Amino acid sequence: MNTELTGIIATFLLTLVIAIPLGKYLAKVFAGEKVWTDFLKPVETGIYKLSGINIKEQMNWKQQLKALLTINILWLFYGFFVLIFQDKLPFNPDGNPGMTPDLAFNTIISFVANCNLQHYSGESGVSYLTQQYVLMFLQFVSAATGIAAAVVLFKAFRDKTTTELGNFWEFFVKSITRLLLPLAFVVALILTFNGTPASYEGKDKFISVQGDTVNVSRGPAAQMIAIKHLGTNGGGYFGTNSAHPFENPSYFTNMVELIAQVIIPIAMVIAFGYFIRRKKLAWTIFGVMTIGLFMLLIPMLSSELGGNPALAKMGISQTTGAMEGKEVRFGPAASAYWATVTTIISTGSVNSMHDSTMPMSGTWQLLGMMINSFYGGCGVGLLNYFIYLVVAVFISGLMVGRTPEFLGHKVEAREIKIAAIITLLSPFLILAGTAIASYIFTNHGNAAWAVQPKSWLNNPGFHGFSEMLYEMTSSNANNGSGFEGLGDNNIFWNLSTGMVIFLGRFLPIIGPVAIAGLLGAKKFIPESAGTLKTDTKTFALMTFAVIIVLNALSYFPALALGPLAEYFTMLK
Amino acid sequence: MKKYIIQSIRLTLVLLVLLCVIYPVTVAFIGKMSKGNGGGEKITKNGKTVGYALLGQSFTKPQYFWGRPSAVAYNAAGSAGSNKGPSNPDYLKEVQSRMDTLLKYNPGIKKSDIPADMVTASGSGLDPNISEQGAAIQVDRIAAARKIDVKKVKELVAMNTLKPFMGLFGPSSVNVLKLNLALDAL
Repeated sequence: MNTELTGIIATFLLTLVIAIPLGKYLAKVFAGEKVWTDFLKPVETGIYKLSGINIKEQMNWKQQLKALLTINILWLFYGFFVLIFQDKLPFNPDGNPGMTPDLAFNTIISFVANCNLQHYSGESGVSYLTQQYVLMFLQFVSAATGIAAAVVLFKAFRDKTTTELGNFWEFFVKSITRLLLPLAFVVALILTFNGTPASYEGKDKFISVQGDTVNVSRGPAAQMIAIKHLGTNGGGYFGTNSAHPFENPSYFTNMVELIAQVIIPIAMVIAFGYFIRRKKLAWTIFGVMTIGLFMLLIPMLSSELGGNPALAKMGISQTTGAMEGKEVRFGPAASAYWATVTTIISTGSVNSMHDSTMPMSGTWQLLGMMINSFYGGCGVGLLNYFIYLVVAVFISGLMVGRTPEFLGHKVEAREIKIAAIITLLSPFLILAGTAIASYIFTNHGNAAWAVQPKSWLNNPGFHGFSEMLYEMTSSNANNGSGFEGLGDNNIFWNLSTGMVIFLGRFLPIIGPVAIAGLLGAKKFIPESAGTLKTDTKTFALMTFAVIIVLNALSYFPALALGPLAEYFTMLK
Repeated sequence: MKKYIIQSIRLTLVLLVLLCVIYPVTVAFIGKMSKGNGGGEKITKNGKTVGYALLGQSFTKPQYFWGRPSAVAYNAAGSAGSNKGPSNPDYLKEVQSRMDTLLKYNPGIKKSDIPADMVTASGSGLDPNISEQGAAIQVDRIAAARKIDVKKVKELVAMNTLKPFMGLFGPSSVNVLKLNLALDAL
């Protein structure tokens, strides 16, 4: 068998081997049961003491959200000012300038929201201080925020009826000390010993073999690359992210980074089932998500391995597949696998340039981000999936003519209203955003912005439209990858995507946590013969159908104007 | 509410120390033991640094193996891909002209011998590798320009070919910089 395919099969299997035990471990950690990492307890106690936190204090869902939002808003202010004044602050060996306010607005929201859309380039746009004290810091804490929010949801369904959902700070701190930090340490060292820079040395300069003078950007990259994957953040240290040979030196590191970004999202699903003592539910959710992964991966593999039909017409041999924007050491198969997982789980790091992938691959990447819950981001993937579950429960309830119930709690009008708003939010933000951008591109091409709207697009025709659609979709999904040909560092894109990221992050956290809190407080109804069982194959199929129908109805017209249209014009 | 604000500020400060000082400095410290001391592995020739093992560099002279096209001319302080879409007419013209250049400088090869990686820009613009086929089509040119035996060049290519990881996973590749230095050392 072809070594490129065995490579991705091995990567996926290794991911499961790590993620499933990790999920069981996480369930125990958050339930406060004994685990082997309990030797870290003194560190946590120290953190609570220094921060004035009493973890015995129980919070209801509103207090949980208040704590979550307070600390997130604090990070927004802190980061914004560091980004603007980074040129005047220390640790700037390359002398990079401060950010403009609109770029800082975009960047800080993007990193607080675990999105990591980057309208700057790592080599020239930020200082070492910003890379570590703002960006890498936020990669840890934004992932921990998502995980902690998911644990609040776990709590709501563990006991029969409860309003006490634990302590937000405890979940948040434990996500870092018991999960993200130890794993980041291991991954960072693996990367360092395989060639990724980790030291604080500034730019280097050498004379090449042919006599050219070459400047080399370096810096403490390994530390950031580890957490950017584990926390499904995706914001790279260098401009081209994990396609850069320093960020991703070899096929081996590529496997490590691929595994690192998928293990926590899968582990959270397993942890959910073990935590609420309904293992079968976790496995059905995992099943739906995994089938979703393969339904996007297989067609993407086939279009990338098939190569570019336009190049085939010129007589070039594409025995390995399409190579534009890809690196030889990974090859098209591992690049397609990466493009799939990075879009379904909201990492948004890239090891190839998505703008240059085949049109049908672009369709699958966009769909992965639109659905945004096949595994999904750290913690938030499960929250997104929970909304689909609630909608599926509601529709099934209507079909069999019973009051819908989820895990022993009646789902009523209030919960459904919240779920409906969250479901409608994504298409609204993505489609309205793209429509406004298209309008400005066609009618105000000469606006005097840093990049004039008429020169936004790097590619003509349908592909240009896809670039704008991708940017809005990626922002709403808090993904952060891009069709990077788009000239996005100007006031329109910085402000519009900043707002889309903000809404696309916090409303889909608030909504599910509120629904879970409301449901958890309701009277528990014991299971009877008439109960709709949510852990059966039938219900899994129902959820899958809900996901497909909702997304197809919302996005098919937009996809038809972009990547699908490009695909059909290339066929002729 | 006020309580949450104060807790947030204190917790943020504590975590800044843990995550932004202790963690990265420890990694950087241990990383000093890696090749290149955690600053990237350098390659030297006659005591001078001529490049980084992981970073591709521009080769245009006929006596050297050429690397992949780069959207940023191998600028290691500003990586980027071309971000050209697959159906972009300008892009297709560019590919055509790269193909013509290869055919011109490597007489004896056919269109269908040219692998995709030699006419398409890499993702980072710094790809250090080419495919085995990408090296194979250049062997005759190198041998002629250096007036050495074709067999010798082929041997060097084989020696500088990196097989799939553990022989099982991923593609094989040829490191252009190392191969060219081996040629110079003949």
